Amino acid sequence: MYRDRKEWADLEPVPQDDGPNPVVKIAYSDKFTDVYDYFRALLKNDEKSDRALLLTAEAIELNAANYTVWHYRRVLLQALEKDLREEMRYITAIIEDQPKNYQVWHHRRMVVEWLNDPSEELEFIAEILSQDAKNYHAWQHRQWVIKEYKLWDSELEYVEQLLEEDVRNNSAWNQRHYIISHTTGYSDPAILNREVQYSLKQIKKAPHNESVWNYLKGILQDLGLSSHPGLLEQILELKETHCSPYLLGFLVDIYEDFLENTLEHHEEVLSKALELCELLAREKDTIRREYWSYVGRSLQTKYGSTSNRLIWIHSH
Amino acid sequence: MLDKHADYIAAYGSKKDDYEYTLSEYLRMSGIYWGLTVMDLMGQLTRMNQQEISDFIKSCQHDCGGVSASIGHDPHVLYTLSAVQILSLYDNVNVLDVDKVVEYVRGLQQEDGSFAGDKWGEIDTRFSFCAVATLALLGRLDAINMDKAVEFVLSCMNFDGGFGCRPGSESHAGQIYCCTGFLSIAGQLHQVNADLLGWWLCERQLPSGGLNGRPEKLPDVCYSWWVLASLKIIGRIHWIDKSKLRSFILACQDEETGGFADRPGDMVDPFHTLFGVAGLSLLGEGQIKDVNPVLCMPEDVLERLGLHPDLLS
Repeated sequence: MYRDRKEWADLEPVPQDDGPNPVVKIAYSDKFTDVYDYFRALLKNDEKSDRALLLTAEAIELNAANYTVWHYRRVLLQALEKDLREEMRYITAIIEDQPKNYQVWHHRRMVVEWLNDPSEELEFIAEILSQDAKNYHAWQHRQWVIKEYKLWDSELEYVEQLLEEDVRNNSAWNQRHYIISHTTGYSDPAILNREVQYSLKQIKKAPHNESVWNYLKGILQDLGLSSHPGLLEQILELKETHCSPYLLGFLVDIYEDFLENTLEHHEEVLSKALELCELLAREKDTIRREYWSYVGRSLQTKYGSTSNRLIWIHSH
Repeated sequence: MLDKHADYIAAYGSKKDDYEYTLSEYLRMSGIYWGLTVMDLMGQLTRMNQQEISDFIKSCQHDCGGVSASIGHDPHVLYTLSAVQILSLYDNVNVLDVDKVVEYVRGLQQEDGSFAGDKWGEIDTRFSFCAVATLALLGRLDAINMDKAVEFVLSCMNFDGGFGCRPGSESHAGQIYCCTGFLSIAGQLHQVNADLLGWWLCERQLPSGGLNGRPEKLPDVCYSWWVLASLKIIGRIHWIDKSKLRSFILACQDEETGGFADRPGDMVDPFHTLFGVAGLSLLGEGQIKDVNPVLCMPEDVLERLGLHPDLLS
């Protein structure tokens, strides 16, 4: 305990202060009290020393979410001109232990910036993601490193590897979009088609996958879902063997886009779209029946003939 | 069961050996906001000690104007907002030096319109929301560059209609709440693709009736707030199956201790208790006061302040 160490005897420990009228009386575990009393003493004296730095590590170990301790540690690292490589090793260990905490990742980013050295980052983040492939903090840090230090080259390959491991990893799909948007973009028809075919391939592997359908819709919506050559046919084919509520919803989207951009076959296409909305609301995605009724009504209002419109609206 | 929940909150923190309470000191100001707001929603605010809390908040304002989570902690925009929300409940914002709060928030805005959380510069759309919510409650939205702030938030809109913490970040229900709340306060909700985002949000509902925060993740009662409030803001709350969600929220209650947990059977805490009760309020639960979906505060408080953030219909 700090209170028993003679080299700390010069400091007067500062007990927890909840204000002039303490909101509550709290009992702490002994060690926690001891460490934080001395932390507060250091803060009060604005002490910048090696022993202060060591104590912040103990305070962090007891509560890594305490952002004031992290602030103070950074102040100390700069004031004492500490070896930042050693700090990288330290923060690496902390993150491995507690990867779901804002402060630890922000601290790591500051150290990388101070060192201006991202060389360990992609491997380290990959290690953390191997334990939880959807860690939101890890992904933010990864995106920052890649953008800041222009480390785009091997990322698509990494994303594909993750999608091999779990094709439903929404973070990986988001990253795929991030990489391509910032490098080749989607405007080259060859690239767009590559992505469409890649998505359809993943759909065959796992038809009930929200992420891939969101991705497919996302990359096609600017140009228009119905404009992509052969897509409707491919989807209708998939419908026979790999159907899902997502596929049916996507078909509705294609039909809607078709109605918006073409003048022919309106009645036929509208009728197919309405049939699907009906099926989704009634049977295939009942939890979202309000949404599907809304879509059906909107389509009918926009594209239906007056008499059909009234019939539809009154029955929904 | 509301009385049980009120008892749980009223007693929270008064137990002598609550280690978890100690550990959460770094967010104490938000903890108090969660507790007081849920008490007010249940009509039990008077059970809390206004004087002690006001004194505590006063001791947490720093020279720079920002407010910290607790005494001896550093200021941050998260806890500045919580402090202003608490004082708004009590109609007593002048406990703080308001001009200095405004200065602090203004100083956090970056050149690209984004907001840092504190002097160490972490950027996140959560902080954009905290900044404008704080200023809206103080009637000082003029203090920042709103156009730039809007520009940054819109740059965080993704291909699926959702929002993340920074441009390119994965869409996440918590961030979406912050961004739609921000756009509401900024009067820019028309920039949202409401049908696309509404679809993404109602997709959060799982067969159990509960809501998750992003695709393929587990449901959590706090998403009953982040997702539901977002849907309310963009005028599509009816796209959720309300009765199934209500059943899920109620299943997260602990009938013995009071309070709500993240999912059925887990430990309760004030955070999930607020968002469970607030979610039920949005679903129209009779015995709970109406909650404002943008600021997560009782509507009658905002009425008193003359605050009516936009909602889409």
